[in-house]
Amino acid sequence: MAGLKEIRSQIGSIQNTKKITKAMEMVAASKMRKARERMDASRPYAEKMRQVVSHMALGQLEYQHTFVKERETVKRVGYIIISSDRGLCGGLNTNLFKKAFQDIAEWKDKDVEVDIAVFGSKALSVFRRFGVVAESTGLGDKPTTNDLLGTTKVMLDAYEEGRIDRLFLVENEFVNSMTQTPRVTQMIPIVAADMDEIKYQWDYLYEPESKEVVDALMTRYIESLVYQGVVENIACEMSARMIAMKSASDNAGDMIDKLKLVYNKARQASITQEISEIVSGAAAVE
Amino acid sequence: MAMTMHLDVVSAEESIFSGVVQELLAPGTMGDLGILPGHSQLISTLKAGELKYKTDDGESLLFVAGGVMEVQPSIVTILADTIVRAEDLDEKAAEEAKKRAEDALQGKDPQDLDYEAIQAELDAAKAQIEMIHRIGRTLR
Repeated sequence: MAGLKEIRSQIGSIQNTKKITKAMEMVAASKMRKARERMDASRPYAEKMRQVVSHMALGQLEYQHTFVKERETVKRVGYIIISSDRGLCGGLNTNLFKKAFQDIAEWKDKDVEVDIAVFGSKALSVFRRFGVVAESTGLGDKPTTNDLLGTTKVMLDAYEEGRIDRLFLVENEFVNSMTQTPRVTQMIPIVAADMDEIKYQWDYLYEPESKEVVDALMTRYIESLVYQGVVENIACEMSARMIAMKSASDNAGDMIDKLKLVYNKARQASITQEISEIVSGAAAVE
Repeated sequence: MAMTMHLDVVSAEESIFSGVVQELLAPGTMGDLGILPGHSQLISTLKAGELKYKTDDGESLLFVAGGVMEVQPSIVTILADTIVRAEDLDEKAAEEAKKRAEDALQGKDPQDLDYEAIQAELDAAKAQIEMIHRIGRTLR
């Protein structure tokens, strides 16, 4: 019977697929662990940076950095969108882009232009038609701050020169290994809510000039936010992939079970048919 | 007991040092800064250099590639850069990011170039040429 062979080869191919998804699941699981470690390792810096910046924003009066000042009219806004480089990670990127599109659509309704910078090739291919001003792709699993500088600087320059009046960061938030939620945060102007927690105020001594120190600090602050976003997004990507691959393996297992049942039924049918043919043949001879 | 302060050295990628120190010598952009416990609040940028600190166990050294130091009377935080920064290098990185975006928009995607494959082809071609030369020589 031709059906038998076909079913057998189908089972074989599904088994191969299952092997691959299983392997990808395990790779993603181990990469996720490392990505989470990196994410945790980057926290202290961002945390300290935030404290220092908040102190400064409250305390110093001599010089106000442009990143702290709210602009009255918003004519153009910037978005930094962080996505993964690769697919096969469930709805991670799709959900993120949906969120970004919603936000962008809201600005467009208010006649505000949008500039976009992207990290990750998935975002690049989606936002290409909106006009991307800067991009970094192929960052791998272990990006360094160095890899992110260029694209971030394009947006910071745009803000300083007044080409954009606000800058947002779009990335996935790592809630736990099962849940990742897309998140849009305003980076510049630095949100005032951050600055409520400070109890004691003082003004610093600056060395060299306050302007230079504040400039250096603000740039690093934004860069650290972007870095953290990228690292967090990698952790999200890995855990999303792990889950997607796990359900793919499970589905492949189910399918194999079903096909095996069909296969056994078909085999039994062919045996029964053979026996009845032999029996009827023997009966005819007698 | 000697007066102490808490020192945190962190970079964007990891926490480098965290502990109690008695004395600190940091490479400020305006010159080296010695910090003792009880120093008034100060923020200084750092240049690339050695960071010396003294703990109960003795003196230790760290290399910082620049960054920012925040001093409070009992806490010192050093936000270290992992790389040596230069304005022109940043500029170049920005230019490259822009150019990549432009290339991508025009449809020529540099990511699509498989350098390994091209290199392999090139090596193969070189080997072929070499072989042709050798055969040519033996025939003559």
